[in-house]
Amino acid sequence: MFRNQYDTDVTTWSPQGRLFQVEYAMEAVKQGSAAIGLRSKTHVVLASVNKAQSELSSHQKKIFKVDHHIGVAIAGLTADGRVLSRYMRSECINYSYTYESPLPVGRLVVQLADKAQVCTQRSWKRPYGVGLLVAGLDESGAHLYYNCPSGNYFEYQAFAIGSRSQAAKTYMERRFEGFVSSTREDLLKDALFALRETLQGEKLKSSICTVAVVGVGEEFHILDNETVQGLIDAFEIVGEETPAPEEAAPAADEPAAPDQGAPADEGAAPMDI
Amino acid sequence: MTKQQANWSPYDNNGGTCVAIAGANYCVIAADTRMSTGYSILTRDYSKICKLADKSVMASSGFQADVRALQKVLAARHLIYQHQHNKQMSCPAMAQLLSNTLYYKRFFPYYAFNVLGGLDNEGKGCVFTYDAVGSYERVGYSSQGSGSTLIMPFLDNQLKSPSPLLLPAKDAVTPLSEPEAIDLVKTCFASATERDIYTGDKLEIVVLNAAGIRSEYMELRKD
Repeated sequence: MFRNQYDTDVTTWSPQGRLFQVEYAMEAVKQGSAAIGLRSKTHVVLASVNKAQSELSSHQKKIFKVDHHIGVAIAGLTADGRVLSRYMRSECINYSYTYESPLPVGRLVVQLADKAQVCTQRSWKRPYGVGLLVAGLDESGAHLYYNCPSGNYFEYQAFAIGSRSQAAKTYMERRFEGFVSSTREDLLKDALFALRETLQGEKLKSSICTVAVVGVGEEFHILDNETVQGLIDAFEIVGEETPAPEEAAPAADEPAAPDQGAPADEGAAPMDI
Repeated sequence: MTKQQANWSPYDNNGGTCVAIAGANYCVIAADTRMSTGYSILTRDYSKICKLADKSVMASSGFQADVRALQKVLAARHLIYQHQHNKQMSCPAMAQLLSNTLYYKRFFPYYAFNVLGGLDNEGKGCVFTYDAVGSYERVGYSSQGSGSTLIMPFLDNQLKSPSPLLLPAKDAVTPLSEPEAIDLVKTCFASATERDIYTGDKLEIVVLNAAGIRSEYMELRKD
């Protein structure tokens, strides 16, 4: 994508039928640090990489609790993500107040998508520059959705967004069929392994990642640092070295060589997936 | 030409009595479970007590539809607070929120007579007592509702601290132990049940202390 005469306004179509401003917004998502999500029949796990501006500052919050049964991980403009989280929390509270029951995840995601769409059709607005991985549990089971700045949303078994997310996606693509029947522990292990893929050799420690879970009988909550470090140590995930074989983890023996697939397709408009 | 009277009222009084007593490191909140209208009983098993936060419990008598609406509003506001501050509301904070919420409807009030009990930031028991439009005060003990006129003088006799004007300053909280305070509450309700027709059936007692929160029940006269 290069600068052209159809990309000044979000309300200007290109002759190929593309809205460049919306596509540029999706680029912002790719620049953010990685966030991944995976689900089984009973649990959904979200994990994100904490990138701090400098050694002196703290990292930005990327995972938000939206309600007892819903949480969201974001990638891109975190300020936009914060504002959307506030909107989601408000919607959940209002629904609970009126119906005395939790807002179904699918409904929330549609409302979020409609809100994003408005920004693609007003000349005085700009699209939200943040991608959201919405994890939740409702009567119809565990769900993981991805909401993008274009106003589209998709349901996933597992997904990753942000920079170097392709590495995590490749890891998960090979295993996702097993996720639906995974235990909570296996799901957490796969989440951490997938997150490690995005680090490209950097050592995985609890100080640079955030992990959150929601499941049957388990409210959405972010795991504290000690728990995460305990999990990392238990699964023996360390940088590029081949980890020592574990009894229940044949996956641990696979080399951590770069698995990136071909770069994202430049030709087709990203919204047309 | 006589003044026109309303042919309908938005309010009803469902009766009942609430009591709360603050201790050095605990708080007891109690209410009967009878819900009435006029001279009839609607149900013998309705809870007037609501846990608003980890350390705040509210008991309300009056018009239970308004009480329920008030509880829902406070629950929603508490959730917002938790999202913004990443922690539970303290009892004094909840007390101020309740006052503001009641005054918000100053010109169409919640017909709710509330008593809020809990633990303050130091872990000491605290009780806040309200009128229908949000005027409130922190006290060592209080009662509200149809039996309050019978119970309050008795609590004054048993628990009233010396005047706050006297020095050295004495605590508003009672020196009684937790079991003694619970026993006192049971005595209060047993007496109020005798003479107040709107109080009876069952007594629900909620106790808040450092160990957490627990509930106890006691049968009352059903006539």
